[in-house]
This record gives sequence, structure tokens and C-alpha cells, in this order.
Amino acid sequence: MTASVVTLRGVAKCFDGRLAVDGVNLDVPAGSCFGLLGPNGAGKTTTLRMVYGVTQPSAGEIRVFGVDVARDARAVRSRLGVTLQENSLIEPLSPEDNLRIFGRYHLLAEPELSRRVEELMDFLELRSHAGVPVRNLSGGFQRRLSIAMSLMNRPELLILDEPTTGLDPAVRQALWARIRELQAEGTTILLTTHYMDEAERLCDRVAVFAEGRVESEGSPRDLIARHLAAETLELECDEATEAALLSDSGELRKMRAGNRLMVYVDDAASLLERVHGLGGTARPVVRPTNLEDVFLAITGTRIEEAEE
Amino acid sequence: MTISAPHALSVWKRNASMYARTWKLNLLPNFFEPVFYLMAIGVGVGAYIEEMGGVSYVQFLAPGLICVAAMNGASFEVTYNIYVRMSFENVYEAMLTTPVQPDDVLTGEVLWAVTRATIYGGVFFLVIALYGLAPMPGALLALPVVPLTGLLFAMIGVTYTLRVPTMDFFSFYFTLFLTPLFLFSDVFFPIEERLGGVWLLVAEVLPLLHPVRLARSCFSGTLGWISLWDVAYIVGVSFALFGWARRAVGARLIS
Ligand SMILES: Nc1ncnc2c1ncn2[C@@H]1O[C@H](COP(=O)(O)OP(=O)(O)OP(=O)(O)O)[C@@H](O)[C@H]1O
Ligand SMILES: [Mg+2]
Repeated sequence: MTASVVTLRGVAKCFDGRLAVDGVNLDVPAGSCFGLLGPNGAGKTTTLRMVYGVTQPSAGEIRVFGVDVARDARAVRSRLGVTLQENSLIEPLSPEDNLRIFGRYHLLAEPELSRRVEELMDFLELRSHAGVPVRNLSGGFQRRLSIAMSLMNRPELLILDEPTTGLDPAVRQALWARIRELQAEGTTILLTTHYMDEAERLCDRVAVFAEGRVESEGSPRDLIARHLAAETLELECDEATEAALLSDSGELRKMRAGNRLMVYVDDAASLLERVHGLGGTARPVVRPTNLEDVFLAITGTRIEEAEE
Repeated sequence: MTISAPHALSVWKRNASMYARTWKLNLLPNFFEPVFYLMAIGVGVGAYIEEMGGVSYVQFLAPGLICVAAMNGASFEVTYNIYVRMSFENVYEAMLTTPVQPDDVLTGEVLWAVTRATIYGGVFFLVIALYGLAPMPGALLALPVVPLTGLLFAMIGVTYTLRVPTMDFFSFYFTLFLTPLFLFSDVFFPIEERLGGVWLLVAEVLPLLHPVRLARSCFSGTLGWISLWDVAYIVGVSFALFGWARRAVGARLIS
């Protein structure tokens, strides 16, 4: 077994009498890409904040690089990098100046500081607007700059809180490539995302949070196999049609979002035939079951459930 | 938690880099402000005043105004500016992803406020010296009073800022605290001639009184035992508040 870079044991966090994180155990293996998934308010950001020591757990223990974060946050933070959920950039200054100032928090001095700034401007393709005030740059550019800043100290552990939210497909692809490169160089990655395709593509392991607890954990493939059948048949149908369609199919996992029904089966062929028998409006699609299905199966499809 | 000087300095440098970009714009009003005060009150009002504290009114006014400039420089920095950095720009949230600790943030910010106060007060001193209102070389002794004033008001202000829930509270700080201090701390008239008995002792709690009295003693060459008390007050209050602010900044930045 490989060593864990991050270990959480029985970690809980209480805000004003409400548990935001509730008894979490996690092991992030060295060199892996680990994803925290879960609906809004599930406790992902709070968990990350406890890992780098700006939120103190109400109970439990967190070790990063084998060091107790509560004891020596400074030592832990010198070896990791964090991209916050919300960018925090100095808007009147250029990307280059932002990087330079951030590097000083890590006590980087010349010539190392300049060398690192240059490297990261190349790595995240910031050179085209290196001297433009940050406030005039696109969201994708600002996000790349934020990620570059979290790499200033060549972190062994990179924490990314929703790195690609709000970015266009090209920028997302480019960032995924960079994240994979970093992982190939040995960086351990701990990220959160609301995009299941992103998690499936990048993460070796994921943990699905709901209401502060880890509901399920494993590789995306294992999680799918553990929770749902391999194929998904999606169709439009009302509840009466559903009852007729599935009346003699036995126990099947299924999920409904409005008029859209998803049925999980090992082999969709026979069911698909019956759907065709219904005629016209069902518009069926058969596809492999993915992480999004699992996410919804675990955390629910209704918005109220997710909120409270 | 211990304070790390290099990390505190990196916080100071962040603010210094920002200021360096706009220093020309920032410094220009600094030159005019003292000129206006000296003209309107020193020369204008002063024309109707024979003498005050044994010197001409404009000479009486000059050292106190230097301290006021330092007070203002520090106060804006540790109130509005720190609050914006803390609550709107998430500057400290980003710093705390690095080895910088809350104590370093506090120390760096206070150092920067002292720097800003020194720039303000220093420019004021320069203008006053150019007017020939600073008796040399004795007045030079007043120069260290400028950063001391900055330190005192940086600490008072940051202590307040770490307590307030919203930015609206700063108008109280400026109009109900700094403005009366400005008017009643020996800057415009010698309070020892206006107040009697126990009130004179009560007035000793006024923070601005001490730097003003100190600077004036330097200008008039009358440093004495009371000057020692003034220094002790400034340093003592600053350090006591620093201890308190260290606990408050930890609670504010770490949840
Ligand atoms: N400083 C705080 N004070 C009080 N409650 C907080 C604080 N920080 C977080 N919470 C609460 O803790 C819960 C978990 O929040 P958290 O930000 O960790 O969720 P998240 O999984 O990151 O959500 P999102 O996907 O929306 O980013 C929420 O109910 C949130 O309101
Ligand atoms: Mg979050």
C-alpha cells in the first residue's frame, strides 16, 4: 500500500451547532488524484480548509505529509498549494506582479522568484497578457492565474476547489492536461468538482459527500459497479407508462427527474425493444452508466434534498 | 503561534507594491493638506492671536499637525483598507493558503500602517521645515515621534477593525473618536490652560495628546520627565493592544 499524503480520522466540524462535516475518514494516496464530490453545502470546501489548517476541526485528527496540521500549519502549508473556490487576485496588478507578490509569501527570493514566475507563465499560458491588469482579463485567464499562484512553491500536494467551474470547454481541456502533467511529475492532487465527467476523467478515487458525511468512496469505475448496473436506458415517459413498461421486469434501479426516466440494467436490449413497442414519444437512449448516475443515486435528484 | 519576520515582511511588501504604483498620485495631496491648514488656521486665524504657549500661533500649531497627519495616515490604512482586504478582496484568505500565519498578517499590516503614517507625517514635516517653522536641529528629534504616532493609531484602529461586524462602524470611529481627538488634544490650544484639576488627569487618557505634547517639546526644546511618560504611554498602549489584536486576528481569520 502506498503512503497517504492526507489522512482524516473521525473529522467533524460544527458551525453554530450544525455539523458541516460529520465523522469523515479519508486517505489520499501519494501521487493520486482524489476527488471530493457532493451537492452544494455538503462540506467539501470545509473539509479542504481543515486539510490546510484554516478551519479547525471540532473533533478528529488530520495529518498531512504525516504532520498534524493543528500542530504545525506553517510547515504543512509550505509544502502544499491551494486554488480557492473564489479567485483572490490583485485586480489592478498584472498576472506577473500577482505571481511575484504571491511568491514572496513563500519567501521566494530572486533569482528563484523570477525563474518560477517565468516557468508558470509558460506552463499555464499566461504570457500573452502578462502585463495587463487582472481586472481586464477573462474568467478563464484569471482561473489559470489562480492555479499558477498555487503552484509557486512547487507543492507536493495541490488542492483545487472547483478548478474549472464556469470555464469554457477549451480552457477545461487545457487545465485537465496540466493537472495530469502535474500528477505525472508526482504531485498529489485533491480536488472538488461538480462535473462528473471531470471527476471520471481525472480522479483515481472519489469520495461522494452528502450532508457532511462520506456516503461512498472508491475509483469511479468501482463506484459505478457497486451502485448501479452497467447500462442506462433513458426515456421520456410518465409514471403510468413506467408502471406498464416495467411491470414484469422485477426489481430494477431507476431514477426519475421530471418526465425523464433512467433505468439501470445489465443489458438494455430487451427493455429497449419494449420501449420501441410503445411507439412515438419516448425518445430512448442507451448509454453506459456514468458517475453522474451514481452521484444522483447517492445524493438524490430533488433540489430540496440537496439543499437541506 | 510565533511571528515570523520574513513572512510579516512579505505582507508589508504586498501593500508597498500596491502603493508604489500610485505613489505620485497619493503623495501630491499630502503636500497640499498641510499647506491648507497652515494657511487657513496658522496664518489666517493666527493673525488674530498674539501668541500661544509662548510662540506665534502658526508655530504652536505646526508640531501637532505633524502628529495629526501621522494619525490619519495610519487610521485609514487599518480601518477601511484592512476591512476591504479582509471582507471583500479575500486577501488574507489567499495569504493563509501559504506559510503566512494570522500573526504575520497582523504584524505586516501594522508595519505597513506605520510606514504609511511615516510618509504622511514626514511630508508634513518637510513642508513645515520649508516654511521655516521647524527650529533646527531640535525639531529633528520630533521625527521618531511620527512612526510612534503611526504605531499607536495603527494598533487602536486595527483593534477596532477586528471587532466591527460591518464597515458602517467606521464612520463612528472617525467622527466620534478621531475628530474629537483632533480638536481636543492640545493641537489647537493648550488644554492645560483650559482644563483644571482632575480634568487635566482625565485628559491624559487621550491618545493623541501624548504624541502632540512630545512633538511640541521637541520643537521647543523642552523635553522632560513628562516626555518620558508620553513615550511610555505610546509604547505601552501599543503593545498591550498588539497582544489583544493577536488573539482577535486568529479568531477572525481561522474559523
Ligand atoms: N464559516 C462558516 N460559518 C458557518 N457556517 C459555515 C461556514 N463555512 C461553511 N459553513 C456551512 O457549512 C456547510 C458546508 O459548506 P461548504 O462550503 O463546505 O460546502 P461545499 O460542499 O463546499 O459546497 P459548494 O459545492 O456549494 O461549494 C454549509 O451549510 C455552509 O453554509
Ligand atoms: Mg465549496
